[in-house]
Amino acid sequence: MARLVRMDRSGHTELAAWTGTDQPSYERAAALFDEQLAGGYMGIARLADDSYEQVKRLPADAELVLLRRPIAGG
Amino acid sequence: MRQELERGGLPELAQVWWREPMDERRLKRRERVATAYTAVYVLPFCVIGFGLLLVDPWLFPVSLWSFVHAWVIPELFAHRGARVVFPLRKSAGERPERTALGLLGDLLDHEPRELMLGTGLAMERGRLGVWLFGEAGALLLRSGGWRVHCFCVRVEDAELPRGDRIAHLLLALREDEVGFATVANHAFTGATWRVYRRLKEHQRPALEAAIAASSAERPTAPSRTISQAPARS
Repeated sequence: MARLVRMDRSGHTELAAWTGTDQPSYERAAALFDEQLAGGYMGIARLADDSYEQVKRLPADAELVLLRRPIAGG
Repeated sequence: MRQELERGGLPELAQVWWREPMDERRLKRRERVATAYTAVYVLPFCVIGFGLLLVDPWLFPVSLWSFVHAWVIPELFAHRGARVVFPLRKSAGERPERTALGLLGDLLDHEPRELMLGTGLAMERGRLGVWLFGEAGALLLRSGGWRVHCFCVRVEDAELPRGDRIAHLLLALREDEVGFATVANHAFTGATWRVYRRLKEHQRPALEAAIAASSAERPTAPSRTISQAPARS
């Protein structure tokens, strides 16, 4: 089960979960993902080799996709 | 999944388009410049101090004043560096803090997780060195732990729980290490022992662990020097 998690003021919120075989649940998650990106969040997917990559579209085969806020020099 | 991946580095780099990438070569250059800069302002005070003693030993109060300047000025710079990982004011309630720590714990391996719970700093091995993350900055240990770079960087939401602030920095680093170092403001580079003495007491074990991790690449780490350094109250 893949998860879409947003890091926010509540600690974190699981926005959606989907499986590779369940297309409607993936489409709902993808729509939520696009909505969050439009709201200023950035998507990061954990890949199979445990590395992390920036994503602009929700990858169907990722195990975990996180949404984070931008960072800046203090 | 490959078509969904963004290979252009951190998106935040667009905000600092004029900066050159803070890669291995530029970090080394910063280290050399910082060493030369320290020598330039410390040596004259030392020369004056010894010179006055040679001219007349009774001038030792003035000589001492000169030596104190040679000591204090680098300490002030180091303090500025250490401050980047000082804990910030708590802004979230207990529940969000616990939830955020849970997520951060999932992102870390066992050893860094334990270290994080004890010190409030998260450790991560990167290609440029060993990183320690606070809520609003990061330390980068290099040269077998002898040298530290201090970076001031934070997530643009002051109301996030502490664990989430650190998780944001950690994820940005994992996405693009050089990009992360470029976006962050470089606050200080110098001897690790100077920064060690300026850290909060509960944070020091994290720096000791980072030195140990760093020394795995270079076996002559300054751990003994640091453990013998006088503690600052």
